[in-house]
Amino acid sequence: MKRDYSLDIHHLTRVEGHADIQITVRDGQLVDARWAIVETPRFFEVMLKGMSAERVPFLTSRICGICSISHSLASIRAVERAMDIVPPVAAEKTRLLAMHGETLQSHALHLFFLIAPDFAGTSSVLPLIQSHPDLVRAGLQLKELGNEISTVTTGRCTHPVSLVVGGLSKAPDKEKLLHLRAMIQERKPALETTCSFFHTLTIPDFSRETEFISLSNGSTYPSIGGRLVSSDGVNLEENDYLLMTNEYTQEFSTSKFTRLSRKSSAAGALARFNNNYDLLHPKAKEVAESFGLQPVCHNPFMNNIAQLVECVHILEDAGDLVNSLLDSDLSEIKTPYTPKAGIATGAVEAPRGVLYHHIEINEQGKVAKADCIIPTTQNNGNIHDDLRALVEQALREGKNDGEITKLCEMVVRSYDPCISCSVH
Amino acid sequence: MNHLGFEMEKVKIGSFDFTCCEGCQLQLANKESTLPDFLALLDIRNFREISSERLDDYDIALVEGSITRPDEIERLKAIRAKAKVLIAFGTCACFGGVNSLKNRIPQEEAIREVYDNKAVETMPSMKISDVVQVDHSIPGCPVSKDEVEQILVGIVTRSQVSLPTYPVCVDCKQQLNTCLFDLGELCLGPITRAGCNAVCTTGKSACLGCRGPAEELNMPAFFELVKDRALSLNDLHEMLAFYNAFEPFATDET
Repeated sequence: MKRDYSLDIHHLTRVEGHADIQITVRDGQLVDARWAIVETPRFFEVMLKGMSAERVPFLTSRICGICSISHSLASIRAVERAMDIVPPVAAEKTRLLAMHGETLQSHALHLFFLIAPDFAGTSSVLPLIQSHPDLVRAGLQLKELGNEISTVTTGRCTHPVSLVVGGLSKAPDKEKLLHLRAMIQERKPALETTCSFFHTLTIPDFSRETEFISLSNGSTYPSIGGRLVSSDGVNLEENDYLLMTNEYTQEFSTSKFTRLSRKSSAAGALARFNNNYDLLHPKAKEVAESFGLQPVCHNPFMNNIAQLVECVHILEDAGDLVNSLLDSDLSEIKTPYTPKAGIATGAVEAPRGVLYHHIEINEQGKVAKADCIIPTTQNNGNIHDDLRALVEQALREGKNDGEITKLCEMVVRSYDPCISCSVH
Repeated sequence: MNHLGFEMEKVKIGSFDFTCCEGCQLQLANKESTLPDFLALLDIRNFREISSERLDDYDIALVEGSITRPDEIERLKAIRAKAKVLIAFGTCACFGGVNSLKNRIPQEEAIREVYDNKAVETMPSMKISDVVQVDHSIPGCPVSKDEVEQILVGIVTRSQVSLPTYPVCVDCKQQLNTCLFDLGELCLGPITRAGCNAVCTTGKSACLGCRGPAEELNMPAFFELVKDRALSLNDLHEMLAFYNAFEPFATDET
């Protein structure tokens, strides 16, 4: 079929931040497909210069309203490694639990508020409150649980207050941990409701082979720190983050792009799943199996399912961490330190993928140089290349303009891009 | 919605973001236990982050973020022209926020530092009231959903809308916290507007003043306190500059 088609979605909705999708088809042939980020840049690397090391996590958490805990902890890890500070074990466990809370909240927001409307054919989650009340209730219960885990562990669900260099400024309250333990048990059925809903959906059939990037520590599903690995066999030390990212600018985007062994690569839930499948909780593996999700999966739409699988893992692991904290002495939560010069990278698995903060501290304990590389930045190339392959496939299958538009929007949303974050 | 026996019309609302982290808008979707009731108050006409509806008839505009690019000025003016009530939503909107930290150096230098030779447009961060008239301000980094609910309900029910005038110390004392000054730390609680439930100091972290100056403010006494305790003035200035919320007082004392 020879036809012309042009798609220009200005400020795509139901994503965090501002970006456009531009597709041009002439005589039935794809001419151009672009993922163009137009978000206003904020210059955090400039803002950080001269800031006292202890205040860095309070500034970097403001990079993102959704994954502020990840940013705070990436900075804290970089500063602690730069200054040779080892936080107490109880602080490390609390941080891991905080990461779980944030990822659960972020995945629930994405699965229910941002992508469920695509499958239900509505413009937002609001009409679903009437049409799918049980599903929306389940979504809100999971999101609330994520926020509650973050609040108990860090003092607030957005922009944490008690995550500090050296450990924690305040330990989680044991009464609240007991409440959390009950809440986790109580909310497991909400996850079953969610799985049942996603089982009824048809995930678009599309695959494009790519390279998956994640952290890996060999013993637990990755969260804070570890080796930098890829599905193409790359395996590097944390401080070698630049070799992993190879950032470059694109004329049509205010967000940078990255590359590793191929032209583009992917980070996020599906990448973590593909690279660390063996370390998932058995219940999470069961759910993956029920969706036919196996490593290595190259269908970007399955990132949604990988997020759901991670929610199952999180609920199990968070329960164990809460129990472990309840059995711990929570009086030792912060290692005293005197600021000193040093350079290091802190890498964490943010909800949307590997996040790197590289920080150089001078003799006065102030930031001399900072570099932050965001998960969405590492997905830009893959989103860009997927759009091209997806439109070509859709043209071959004879899909109409409306169907192509919807598929393009959906594939972008599958990556759960955090655009404001990527243009920090 | 039924209020005092009267059926009230839902309020048409739009939520818009400029240069920011979108964390304040995200608070609108938090506090899940009251979310369905909160949403029942509102007719969401435009909220790109969660909805594909893009309608232009709204009575209230929530505006998050600071202004750092010429196209944002135009977009903000268009929103102002349509909204009956415009609310500066969050610390970036109210004061310029952390984005203002880049105002310390020439913008060309900032661009070179992050983007090398790529052409990128940016200008010093401005608060919303530098560009258009603001009817209400809800400060906070992020905003507190409790306060947002109170203020929006106040607007819908034509009640008086106000922020606490007293400092964070009042909230902090109510939480029975040990004063951070007594632990040898600096804290902006004595000069910052309350209403946050002293969430940071309750987590044993210093207040960095995200809600801006309290109205009942004694700046000279505060500087005396810092000097008496022999705390670092450099540190104090770093804290005062953090959210750009104390800019009018920056030259009060050195």
